Formats: sequence, structure tokens, C-alpha cells
Amino acid sequence: MTVFENLYVAAPALTAQAPILVVLAPLVGACAAALAPGARTGWVISVVTTLFAVWMAMAVAGEVARHGVVQYVIGGFAPPLGIAFRIDALGAGMGLLVSTMGFLGALYSGHALVSEIDTQKHTLFQAGYLLCVAGFLGLVFTGDAFNAFVFLEVSSIGTYALVAAGEARDRRALPAAFTYLIFGTVGATFYVIGVGFLYGATGTLNMADMAARLGTLGDSSAVQAGFAFIVVGLGLKAAMFPLHGWLPGTYSTAPSLVSVFLAAVATKAAIYLMARFAFDVFPQTTTFGGLFIKDVLAPLAAAGAIICSLQAIFETEIRRMLAFSSIAQVGFILLGFSLASAAGMSAALFYMFAHALMKTALFMALGALAISLRARRLDDLAGVAREAPWSVAAFGVGAASLAGVPLTMGFLAKWRLIDAALGAGAIWIVATLAIGSLLTLVYVGRMLEAMFFRAPPAGAARAKEAPVGVLAPLWIAAGLSIWFGIDASLPEAIADAGAAALFGAAR
Amino acid sequence: MSLLGTHFNYVAVVVLMMIGLFIVFSSRNLIKRMIGLAIFQTSTGLFYISLGKVAGGTAAIRLDGTSPEARALAATLDPAYVAQHGVEGVVYSNPLPHVLILTAIVVGVATLAVGLAIAVRIREAYGTIEADEINAVARVDAAGAEAAP
Repeated sequence: MTVFENLYVAAPALTAQAPILVVLAPLVGACAAALAPGARTGWVISVVTTLFAVWMAMAVAGEVARHGVVQYVIGGFAPPLGIAFRIDALGAGMGLLVSTMGFLGALYSGHALVSEIDTQKHTLFQAGYLLCVAGFLGLVFTGDAFNAFVFLEVSSIGTYALVAAGEARDRRALPAAFTYLIFGTVGATFYVIGVGFLYGATGTLNMADMAARLGTLGDSSAVQAGFAFIVVGLGLKAAMFPLHGWLPGTYSTAPSLVSVFLAAVATKAAIYLMARFAFDVFPQTTTFGGLFIKDVLAPLAAAGAIICSLQAIFETEIRRMLAFSSIAQVGFILLGFSLASAAGMSAALFYMFAHALMKTALFMALGALAISLRARRLDDLAGVAREAPWSVAAFGVGAASLAGVPLTMGFLAKWRLIDAALGAGAIWIVATLAIGSLLTLVYVGRMLEAMFFRAPPAGAARAKEAPVGVLAPLWIAAGLSIWFGIDASLPEAIADAGAAALFGAAR
Repeated sequence: MSLLGTHFNYVAVVVLMMIGLFIVFSSRNLIKRMIGLAIFQTSTGLFYISLGKVAGGTAAIRLDGTSPEARALAATLDPAYVAQHGVEGVVYSNPLPHVLILTAIVVGVATLAVGLAIAVRIREAYGTIEADEINAVARVDAAGAEAAP
């Protein structure tokens, strides 16, 4: 995190409170937005509070860069008895990702919501959105295992309501939200059971304390059961293959803002927590954890990367294509994760950042087109490049990054992943990545071919260019995908520092 | 059988958990699925409370050694233990899991409320809460999306 060492963005007194303010700002904003008199006020509250969260997350990142680990004790009860936020380089990096994506989403929501949701419901929608942002920010900052569950559920409950709000445009959003709620709650409950096992074995809920005690405790069946429950529970939340059943319906029917935020942040936060437990809380020496990751997680991730890429190829609805692509990309990220090395984790984190930006651009572009054109199938989008060049060009950038075209962030992400896999001597992972990337190329090719090269059908509803308020956040995401593809020093530094926080050594 | 005798509450946890999960995944009725989910979540409550139980411990409410309640409690405890520690040395169960599970119950209620609210909206939009019928309508919807330009 050396890049942030000289980052002093706020007064010292404010910086000292920054960890809690990051979470509080959107949480208070959620209450304010629910009471806001009009849609415009709600939007302003949403933008201001998420921007404040970005600012505070930067202050936290600066502190973490200077001190290594920032601990914020809540309510004056010192850990391990009290609950504390404990932010290392990994947490700070995730905090920056979540708050930035939250801000881009809030910016985007101003115009994009209009075509999708009743104006009267905008304020409540913004409240749910801010709740969701606050939950994810708390999740990546907390140092308490049970507190993490509460934040996970705060964000999830917000998400269920947001997904269900998609019914105004597509009533399939309701059963999708219901399925998501069932899967999500079962996943969260599994996590709680796992934490219960660990609490029974160690007598503490503080993650750092738990790690220290597990180190001396060694393997026991209670600890192993706890680990298994936690990984499966978080796997459900992260849409790890084959626990991804909720994802395609959710992403394809939710309002486009929700798809953007879910794809960019939700699965990543669950993967973050999984990494926190697998590499930080559980001692690296336990053979069980290592076996679980190498023999169970890695093959499942590889299977997901291949099978879901194939499913994306044969889909006809464009948002379902992107949803299956997201599951496949989660597989890629988990492959890097399963190398259980600093290089692998760094590559996985870099991939997370790249994927967050590209999927944001892709879903935002579809949302921008949806303002004027009611399109579900890929064929409905034939030739839209001529009608809405700016939106479709941004879609093209995101798609190029997804396929891993050089000079985009997606290319570097794949490169780093292959590099890490080669370094670990895992040839089969390299092969999986190669096959997965080829399959990605096929469905990305299908999308681009339809949008750019096919003639629009005669007499169809014509797409119009989206307003600037939608194009601005869209192009920020697309532009960053290119910028970081050329000069990746910033995300690389964050990813390396995050991996070093877990493994003690950078690549 | 010995497991049933010594760990009866944990056996109950597993049974409840399996019943809950089975209902969630086998039932086609949305309300029944929510009921299954509630049973599943309740099992974790019992699990945590069982974890916090200390043998011979009482509820974690601090007692004044001279109060009649404390004397009444001491009468129920092992006399040898009371002789050694006095009423002041009374054993309390671990209160932390109780607090945790209170939080989890609140989260569970909120989830249940959102789930039931979505079920109501599904009833309004589809006219049914049977998953099979909803899927049939959704397939028609999807086919409509295919056919309509």
C-alpha cells in the first residue's frame, strides 16, 4: 500500500474516526433517504453519502499504509471482548472497491431508475441501496466473526428488496428475489453455524484472537466442521459453482443498478470473507483447510469456469449471458484463491477489481440502452451501435476487458492469474484458464457481432442515446478498465498489499 | 444411544436443522418454504444456547448472595460445591451466545418479513404461491419475450 503512504485527505481528528464513518455515512443516509420528500432529494443523499464513504475509505487506506493495521474499538470495549473494526491492507483495498462502486452506482441511479421504477418508490429504493452499501463496507472492515454475519445480512436484506423492485419491468424478478432470499438465508445460517463451532472451540469471536487460539489448538473435528460450514455458507453468497442457482435469475431481472452493484461487489465481499477465514483465521498449517481448498474448492471453481461459460454461449437473453459469465469469472477468481499463495491471492484480488469494473460497464451499458429500448434477447439489440454509439462503445470496452483483449484490465488480470498458476506449477489451472478464456471469447464475440455488425431489424423500436447522467458513470467504469489496462500500478499495489496482509510476503 | 443421553440437545439441533432444510428444498409452496427456513434458523438458536450452557450453571443474572433467590438457588445446587464456594460462587451460564442469538433472531425476523412480503407480491403478480404454477407462468413470460420483437 506504499502508494497511499502520503495520502492525507482528512484532518487527523476526522481520520481517527474514519473507519466507523465509512459505514455510518451510508447507514444514516439510508434513514434520511427513506424519509426524503422527493426522488431528487433521495438521489442527492445517496450520492453525497457514498462520496463521503469514498473519502473516508481513502483516509483509512492512508492510515493503513502508514501503520499496517488500523484497529477501531467500538463503544470503548477493548477487543477481544468488545467488537472492533480491524482493517489491514486487504480490508482497506476492499473498502476502496466497495465505496467507489457504491458511488458510481449512486451517480448512475439518478437517471437510470426513472425508466425502471415508479418515481414514488425512488426514495425507498435509495434507502435499500445505501443499506446494502453500508452492509458490505461493514463486512470488509469488521474484525469480529459474528459482526460480519450481521453486516452480511444487513446488505442481503437490502438486496432482496432491491431485486424484487425489478418487478415493475419484469415480474420474474419476484420469484428470483424469493429464490435469492432462500439461498442467501441458508448460506448466512450455515455461516452462523460455522462461527458457532469455532466459538465453541476457541471461546472467542474476534478474528485475530480466534486465529491465535486456533494456532495452538490444532485440528479438531469441531474446527473442521466449522470451517466446512463457513466455506459452504459463503460459497452460497459468492455464487461458487455449484451453489450459484440463485444468480442468473437475480442478475437478469433485477433493476440494472442492482445488477451492477451485485456483480461488482456482492460476490466479491463473500469471497473476501472466505479468504479472510481460509488464510487469516485458520492457521496455514492445518492440513484439513489446505486439502479442502486444493481438492474441493479448486476443482469446483474450474468446473464452474468452464460449464458456466458454456451456458453463457447458449443463452439468448443478454443479461442472463452476463450473469452466467459472472459465475464463470467467480470461478477464475477462486482458482487464483485456491493456489493458496501470495501470488495467487494477489492475482485473484486484481481479477476482482478488473471484473468489478468490466461488469459495471457492461450492466450499466445495458441499463443505458434499456431506458429507450425494451430488450431482453440479444437479437433485440441487433445493430444498436448505430443508434446509441456511446453506450454501446462502453459496452464494447467492458466486453473487450471480459474477453481479455490486450490494453484492457481484463488482459492483465488473466495474465497475472496464469503467471501465478505457472509459478505454483499448476498446469491444469493454466489449461482451465485458457479454455475458459476461449469460451469467453465466443460469447463476447456473439454479443459484439449482434450489436456492432448486424443490421437493425426493420420497424423495431429504436434505441436512443442515454442522457449524460447515465453515460458519465458508465464511461468512468469503462475508462478505468482501459486506464488500468495500460498503467496498472495502482490496482497492482493494492492487490499485492492485500495478498501480503494475508500471506506475509508480496510477490 | 449414549449420544442421545448425553447430547440430547445437539441431536435435537441436527434433527431440527434437517427438517428445516428438507422443507425448504422439497416444498413447492412459498409459505411452507418460509416456515422451513424459520425452523432451520431456529435450530441455530438452540445450537448456540446449548454451547453457552455451563454444567450446573444458572441464568446469567447476577445474584446478591444474601437474597432469598440466591438461597433458593443454592438449595438446588450440589451441597459440596456450595460449601466450598458459598452462594457468591454460583456458576452462571455463558451469556454471550444468548446475546448473539438474540441478534440472529432479529435478523431472522427481518428476513422472514421481507420473504413473506415478496410472497405477497408474487401472489398479486402471478395469482398463486405454488412454485410449479409460477414457473409455468414464467415460462410463458419467457416465451413471450422470445416471440415479441
